[in-house]
Amino acid sequence: MERSKQLLNNKTFLIHFVLIVGSVAMVLPFLWMILTSLKTYAESIHVPPVIIPEDFQWGNYKEVFGLLPFFEFMYNTFIVTILRTAGQLFLCSLAAYAFARIEFPGRNILFMLALSVLMVPGQVFLLPQYMIMVKLGWLNTLQAVIVPGLFSAFGTFLLRQFFMGLPKELEEAARLDGCNHFQIYWKIMLPLAKPGLVALGIFTTLWSWNELMWPMIVNSSPESMTLSVGLSSLQGQYLTNYPILMAGSFLAILPMLILFIILQKQFIEGIAVTGGK
Amino acid sequence: MKELPLEVEVKANQKFKVSNLAKTRKRSDYFWAYLMITPLMLGLVIFYLWPIIQTFYFSFTEWGAFGQYEWTGLDNYKRMLEDTNLLKSFKNTAIYIIFTVPIGIFLSILIAVLLNQNIKGKSVYRTLYFLPVITMPAAIAMVWKWLYNSDYGLLNYLLSLIGIKGPQWVSDPKIALYSIIVVAIWSGIGYNMVIFLSGLQGIPKTYYEAAEMDGAGPIRVFFKITLPLLSPVIFFVSIMSLIGAFQVFDLIFMMIGKSSTALENTQSIVYLFYQHAFVLNDKGYAAAIAVLLLAVILIITAIQMVLQKKWVHYD
Repeated sequence: MERSKQLLNNKTFLIHFVLIVGSVAMVLPFLWMILTSLKTYAESIHVPPVIIPEDFQWGNYKEVFGLLPFFEFMYNTFIVTILRTAGQLFLCSLAAYAFARIEFPGRNILFMLALSVLMVPGQVFLLPQYMIMVKLGWLNTLQAVIVPGLFSAFGTFLLRQFFMGLPKELEEAARLDGCNHFQIYWKIMLPLAKPGLVALGIFTTLWSWNELMWPMIVNSSPESMTLSVGLSSLQGQYLTNYPILMAGSFLAILPMLILFIILQKQFIEGIAVTGGK
Repeated sequence: MKELPLEVEVKANQKFKVSNLAKTRKRSDYFWAYLMITPLMLGLVIFYLWPIIQTFYFSFTEWGAFGQYEWTGLDNYKRMLEDTNLLKSFKNTAIYIIFTVPIGIFLSILIAVLLNQNIKGKSVYRTLYFLPVITMPAAIAMVWKWLYNSDYGLLNYLLSLIGIKGPQWVSDPKIALYSIIVVAIWSGIGYNMVIFLSGLQGIPKTYYEAAEMDGAGPIRVFFKITLPLLSPVIFFVSIMSLIGAFQVFDLIFMMIGKSSTALENTQSIVYLFYQHAFVLNDKGYAAAIAVLLLAVILIITAIQMVLQKKWVHYD
């Protein structure tokens, strides 16, 4: 008894040990980012390194806003993220409802057609998408960043799975009451598919906030630049001033960090759902 | 003429009515269904499906300076055969995949299994491991570049404490790719861990109880129960990681400078695609690279689908 307890304690200790070593590796870069962002330039290149800066240089953050229109980048990224997520949730759930709950000619073929997009790597779409933006005169506008991302085969597939799992009786009752399909979708099905919507919403939010290549291709003017692209241009201009670069980086990740801290459970479950299907 | 019995006539009438009703109902069904899928399908056709066909077409063209292009047949594909840069980028991408995918999966299974034990502080650990997942790759690249800095970086300082002179992590052509691989693994563990964790929670407790009754040790339990029952999830994660790894771009773009000596040894297929499409205005060739990438991904996914029968256990 004594021995098995000892053994158990050893095992728990070992588990914690491995997990803590891993956690330190996970957190250290973030910690170093924040510490560096509060150092003077001289402190940042001091050898041996200064761990805690003598005076916290909050001015570095102010400087980031002075060097680049960082407020605008943030605003742009917010707009892109919100519109993309809201639009995708609406369009995908609308189509997913029809694919899951209504029988109509061509349903399977059309659904397969939508799914075929999932098999194709994103680069295959990029050139023609870019040319559409050129033709529409949308280069260097926010709608160029937003519009292609409104349509998602993945989101439709995910939400269709959710709608298919809901009981049939619900809509039968609603139909007897004279509801049309849009009303059933809007009033009955959408509230029930909330876990799916939250999962897709989080996934799309993260993706829109963090994406680099597409916004970089269609957007090179500061007025409509997003944060990822802004960071890469910050790097181009202030190659070695790491306190400034770290302050910019931290500002860029802060909104998602706050959102994650508030909605931790939803984030993690959302990823489990979107990834596990 | 034989008179129909009244009953039958009424029934037929009813049937007619019902089928009429069903018809209008069906018609309204169709109307709503098409209305509801049209916005999405239009978007998918314009921005995704038609572009697939267009990219195929562009891969047979050559582009001029003002966006005009002409049909050149198989020229782009012939050019690929002699393009040492392309070969190199395939090699780089292959090395990247060979390291990030298996090591990433191994580490995330390890963490998931540990977090699935009955221990304190689970949710804290889970949150910490998940942090890189929510972080912008551009910012991740930036902070790691700083950690890797050969003169003032934290990493080389720590190495110097144990008497090692650290290398130039991101500018030495021999090392740079592996430095990126470390960052990629670091940033991907949390994502896969969460998927594995939900897979582990789906394994019925009774299996473990039975194994315990038989006196099986933890390692035996892991290989005889956990791993086989988790294999569908491992299969799924390995396909998704592989497809993701094939498309690596952000980290390389952000960490390796455009004029870095390490660029040749780090540029991936997608990096090369980006270069040709949007920097060199060599869009026909870029399209051919995209088509090649599609083909390679489809072939490898198909191979995995075939191989899965050998190691994935479905109930």
